Amino acid sequence: MNSRSFNLFKFSSPANFYPLAGRLVPWFTGLAVILIAVGLYMSFGVAPTDYKQGEGYRIIFVHVPAAWMSMFIYVVMAGWAGVGLIFNTRMSSMMAQALAPTGAMFTFIALWTGSFWGKPMWGTWWVWDARLTSELILLFLYIGFMALQASIEDPRRADRAGAILALVGVVNIPIIYFSVKWWNTLHQGASIRIGQESTMAVTMLWTLLIMALGFWMYSIAVVLARVRCIILERERNATWVAELIKEAR
Amino acid sequence: MKGLSEFFYMGGYALYVWGSFGVTALLMAVEPILVRNRRRAVYQRLARIARAEASSK
Repeated sequence: MNSRSFNLFKFSSPANFYPLAGRLVPWFTGLAVILIAVGLYMSFGVAPTDYKQGEGYRIIFVHVPAAWMSMFIYVVMAGWAGVGLIFNTRMSSMMAQALAPTGAMFTFIALWTGSFWGKPMWGTWWVWDARLTSELILLFLYIGFMALQASIEDPRRADRAGAILALVGVVNIPIIYFSVKWWNTLHQGASIRIGQESTMAVTMLWTLLIMALGFWMYSIAVVLARVRCIILERERNATWVAELIKEAR
Repeated sequence: MKGLSEFFYMGGYALYVWGSFGVTALLMAVEPILVRNRRRAVYQRLARIARAEASSK
């Protein structure tokens, strides 16, 4: 066993992960603030006016990063929940629990900004098309995961029930992603594709990527801060928590 | 000042652009505050439990 994998196992224990997360939060917060500040400046100051949608297209700089995060966080959440289910590791289930509210928030933002973009461009706040409906289902999956966990008293049983729900819900992610290809929808196809030339202006693309990176850093910071709360709540009977509380007073 | 009002006008898309960025900014500002409050609440609760246990001994 080399020292690297030893370290990884070390941080799978809440007592070791708690201080590590505490040290990481300020760094990710700082990165998030810088990246989002630069991203906002570029959104309004650098990126050119779109020839078709005028200034209205600028919604893309929050809409697309939020939509990416909503799907990505779900996959990570289901992954941690699955690891917790199989290996019975406490830390993984706590990570899944910490990810859900942030994922739900980004899903809501994606839907909200999409609605505010759809109204001027499509002439409607909402349509029941495949992309929009599957994203709405994603929001319900997040809410269902949180509600299910909250409704079960025993945290270990809550973890297992939540994990099964989260894993079944993963089916929805490719449906969201490919919905614009599989069905005839009002929603446009992806402008950024892997292995192909993107259909956007270079400054627009950079702005989008910087905002997305900023949202990533934000998510990591807030999820690590939240998982620290969850660790304290769940491990409150552990000696190290008792000592921590004693020191804080 | 013309430049500024023009900026806020967003070529006629003011409601949609600011409605999107505004709500996003609001939520991303509120969420960390909620986490901080939760942290304080957990600390206070655990401290209360610790005090109660110390006094009952």
